[in-house]
Amino acid sequence: METMLFLPELLLILLALVCFVVSLGNTPRTGFLQGAVISFSTLALLATATNYQQTGTLFFGAYQIDQLSQLFKLVLCAGLALIAWATPGLRGIEKRLHPEYYLFLTVSTLGLVMLSSAVELLTIFLALEISSYALFVAIPFRQPLSGRQQYEASIKYVLFGAAASGLSLFGMSYIFGLSGTTYLAELSPLLPGLISSQPLAVVGMILLLCGFFYKLALFPMHFWTPDVYQGAANETTTFIATLPKIGAVILLLRLVSLAGVDISQLSWALGILAVASMTIGNLSALVQNDIKRLLAYSSVAHAGYLMLGVIAGSTLGHAAAIYYAVGYLLMNLACFFVLYHLSDDNRNLNLADLNGLYRRAPLLAFVLAAGVFSLAGIPPTIGFTGKFVLFTSAFEQGLYGLVVLGLINAAISIFFYLKIVRAAYLTSTDASSTPVVITCSSKLLGLGLILAIIMLGVLPQQLLALAKAAVAFL
Amino acid sequence: MEQYLIFNQLNYPIISVLLLLPLIGAVLGLLFKSDKAQLRWGLGVTVATALASLPLYTQFDRTTALYQFVEVRHWLPALGLDYAVGVDGISVLLVLLTTLVMPLCVLCSWSYIKERMREFMFVLLIIETAMIGVFVSLNTLLFFLFWEAMLIPMYLMIAIWGGARKDYASIKYFLYTFAGSIFFLASIIALYVQTGSFFIPELMEHSFSFTFQAWIFLGCALAFAVKVPMFPLHTWLPAAHVEAPTAGSVILASIMLKLGGYGFLRFCLPMAPEATWYFMPWLIALSLVSIIVGGYLALGQSDIKKLIAYSSVGHMGFVTLGIFLLNDQGIKGAMLQMINHGITTGALFILIGIIYERTHSREMSVNRALGAMMPVYVFFLGIFSLSSFGFPGTNSFVSEFLVLLAAFSKYPLVGALAIVGAILAAAYMLRLLQSMVWADSDGHGHHFLMITAKGTATF
Repeated sequence: METMLFLPELLLILLALVCFVVSLGNTPRTGFLQGAVISFSTLALLATATNYQQTGTLFFGAYQIDQLSQLFKLVLCAGLALIAWATPGLRGIEKRLHPEYYLFLTVSTLGLVMLSSAVELLTIFLALEISSYALFVAIPFRQPLSGRQQYEASIKYVLFGAAASGLSLFGMSYIFGLSGTTYLAELSPLLPGLISSQPLAVVGMILLLCGFFYKLALFPMHFWTPDVYQGAANETTTFIATLPKIGAVILLLRLVSLAGVDISQLSWALGILAVASMTIGNLSALVQNDIKRLLAYSSVAHAGYLMLGVIAGSTLGHAAAIYYAVGYLLMNLACFFVLYHLSDDNRNLNLADLNGLYRRAPLLAFVLAAGVFSLAGIPPTIGFTGKFVLFTSAFEQGLYGLVVLGLINAAISIFFYLKIVRAAYLTSTDASSTPVVITCSSKLLGLGLILAIIMLGVLPQQLLALAKAAVAFL
Repeated sequence: MEQYLIFNQLNYPIISVLLLLPLIGAVLGLLFKSDKAQLRWGLGVTVATALASLPLYTQFDRTTALYQFVEVRHWLPALGLDYAVGVDGISVLLVLLTTLVMPLCVLCSWSYIKERMREFMFVLLIIETAMIGVFVSLNTLLFFLFWEAMLIPMYLMIAIWGGARKDYASIKYFLYTFAGSIFFLASIIALYVQTGSFFIPELMEHSFSFTFQAWIFLGCALAFAVKVPMFPLHTWLPAAHVEAPTAGSVILASIMLKLGGYGFLRFCLPMAPEATWYFMPWLIALSLVSIIVGGYLALGQSDIKKLIAYSSVGHMGFVTLGIFLLNDQGIKGAMLQMINHGITTGALFILIGIIYERTHSREMSVNRALGAMMPVYVFFLGIFSLSSFGFPGTNSFVSEFLVLLAAFSKYPLVGALAIVGAILAAAYMLRLLQSMVWADSDGHGHHFLMITAKGTATF
C-alpha cells in the first residue's frame, strides 16, 4: 500500500536511472530518452491519478500524501512530459550531454514532486535543494555560443539559490527555536499564537519563505530571473520558467496557511512584496527587446498576481492560486514552445525575429498569440479566468488596494504583450523569409495548448472544483 | 429571478443561435481559399444572421419591460455563474442594428480589402458575435467577456488592414479601451462580492450604500466613457476611425460607440441611481464639452474621415447628454440618437470608403466637384449629411430634437449650449457638402468616377 503511494516518485527515480545508464554509453540516444521521459512521466501521472483519493503519511510523518499533493504531482508530471514533448531534439544542449540533461531535469522534477508532499521543515529543505541543484548543473549545458552567458547564468542561479537557501534555513532555525518542532502538523496550532505575540516569528516566517520566493521569482528574490532566462538554453528556460514555480506555489500555500486565518502582520509584508513584484516586473518588461528577458520580467509580475490568492487566505483564494499556477504553466509553455521551434540555431530571439511569423508558421503564431493574450489576461483564456478568480478572492477579503494595484498593473502589462503579438502578426516580411517546418507531433502539441488555454478558461469548473477539494487538506 | 424574465417561447434558442451563427461561420469560413468565396460566405453568414434576428423584432412583446427570449444555463456553479441571455426594449433595437449593419460591412469590403481576405472575414464575424453578445448578456461577467472579446479582433482589424498610421491608432485604441475596462472588471467583482450575484436584473434591485454606488459608478463610467467616447477620453477615436478600413470604421461608428451608451443605461443608471444623481452635473458638463469640442474640431478638418470622426464625438455627446438629463424624453432621445447615428454615420463612412477607393485620398480639396461626375453618389452623400446634422425630416432631427427638448425643459442653459453644437454640426457638414459637391474642380477631373450598381444597392 505504501509503495503505491510512493509509486510516482519511484517511477521518476527509475527514469533518472535509465537516463544515467544511457549516459554511460557513447551515443546520446536523444530520441529514445525523450520517449522514455514522456512515457515515464505519463506513467507517474497515471500512478498519481489512480491513487488520487488516497491519503497517508510516510517516513515518520515527514511525507504526506493527500489530494493537495496529488494534484500538484499530477501537474508536475504532466508538465515534465509536456516540456519533453515541446523540445524535441534538444538543439540547444551540447550533444554529448543529452542523457545527463534529461537526468537532471528528471531529478529536479523529482525534487519538486517530493516538495509537494513534504510536511516537515528539513524534508522541505532537502526536496528544495534536490530540485535546485539539478538545475544548477543543467544550465551550463547550453551549446557554446560566442559569449559565456550560460556560465554567468549558472553562477547567478547558484549564488542566488545558495543565498535563498541560507535565508530559508535561518528562518527555519527561528521557527524551530520558538516552537520546538519541525513538523508542520505540530506547528499549525502553535504558529498563529506565536505570530501575534512574537515579532521574531514573523521575521522567521518571511525568511523561511524567501527560499520559495526565489523559486517563484518574487521580489526581492527575483534578480536572477532575467539573466538566467537569457543565459540558459531555450529548453532549460522552458523548464525553469514553469515547473519550479508550481513547486513554490504549493509550499507557499502550505506555509502561509500555517500562520492561521488572521495573518494581518504577515499579509501586510506579503502584500507589499506582491505589489512590488507586479510593478517592477511589468515596468521592466516594457523596455525589453530579448523575448526571454521580457518573459522573465513578466514572470516576476505573475508571481505578484499569484501571491494575491495566497494572501487572501480563503479557500477560494488558495484554489485560485492553484488554478492560476496551472494556467501559468500552460501559457508559459505555449510561449516557450514557440520560441524553441523558432530558434533553430539556439540563439536568443529578439522581438524583430518574430517578424512575419504569421506567414512563416501560422500555427506557431497562433499558439504564441494564445499564450501571450492569456498572460495578458484577456478573455476567454485561462489567464483571464485565473486573474478574475484571484482578484475576486482578494476582494472578498477586503484587500481593495491590492486589487486596484493589480488591475492597474494588468493594464500596464498589455503594452508589452501586444508588442509580441504585433511583431508576430502585423509586421510584413521580405520575400526571402523561410517557412518554419515543424513536425506533426509538435503541431499536435501546439493545437493542444491552444485548446487547453481556451477551454480551461471558458469552462473552469472542473479544475476549480479539484483545486477547492485539494485545499481542504491544507 | 424568474420575475424579471420571460423565457424563450420559440421552439429554438434564438439568441444562442444568433451568437453561434457568426462564430461557426467564422470557423467554417477558414476552409475557403479564394477571396471571392470568402466574400460570398461572409455575406451569406451575415445575411443569415440578420434574417435569424428578425423574429426578435416580430415576436417582441412591446407591452412589457421584462427581459424576453431568455435562456439560462449553468456555467460555473462554483461562483453561482450562469449563462444568461435575453433582450429588452433597449437591447433588441441595438441587436437588430448590429445584425443589419454587418452585411453592409461585408459589402463595403468587397473591393476595399485586398489582402488576407480569409483572416478579414474571420475577424469580422468574431466581432459580430461579440457585439451581439454584449447586447444580450444578462450576466455581468458574460457581458465583460464579450466586451473584451471585441477588443482583439478590432485591434487586428485596424492594425492589419488600416491606413498609414495604423500602428499608432491600433495601440492607442487597445490601451484606452483596455485601461477603461479593467476598472469595469473591478466594479463587477465588487458587485459580486457585495451581493453574491452576477445576474444583472438582480443587481438592479439591490440598493447599495452611497459610497459603494459612487465607486461602482466611477468604475463603470470610466469604461463606458472611453467607449462612447466622452471628452477628454475621446482622443483614440479620430485615430482609430481614420486608420481603420471602411468596414472597421462602420463597425466602430455604428455599433461599438453605442456599447458605451448601452453600458450607461444598463449599469450606471439602474445600479447606482444615487451616485448618478450626484455625478449628473459633471457628466452633463462633459457631454456638452464633447458636443461643442467635437463640432469645433470637425469644423477644422480637411480629411473627410477625420471630420466625420469628430462629428461622432459630438453626436455621441448628445447621447450621453440625453441619458444624464435623467428624464423620459432625454433617454428616449438618446436611444433614438444611438440608432440614428448608427445608420447615418455608418452610411457616411461607407460613402467615404467608396470615394477613397477611387481617388486614394480623403482630402476634401482633392475630392471636389463630384456633383457633376457622380450624381447618384452625391445624392446619397447629401441625404446622409443632412441627416447627420439633424435637418428636419431626417431621422436624426427627431432624436436631437427630443434631447434638446429634454434639456430645455430641465436646464435651459444646457439646452442653449447644446444648440451651439447643433449649429456647428450644420456648419461643418455644409462645408463638406459645399466643397465636395459644388466647388470648382481643380484638375482632378480625370478621375472619371462611376458608382457601381452594387454600391448603389448598399444604400
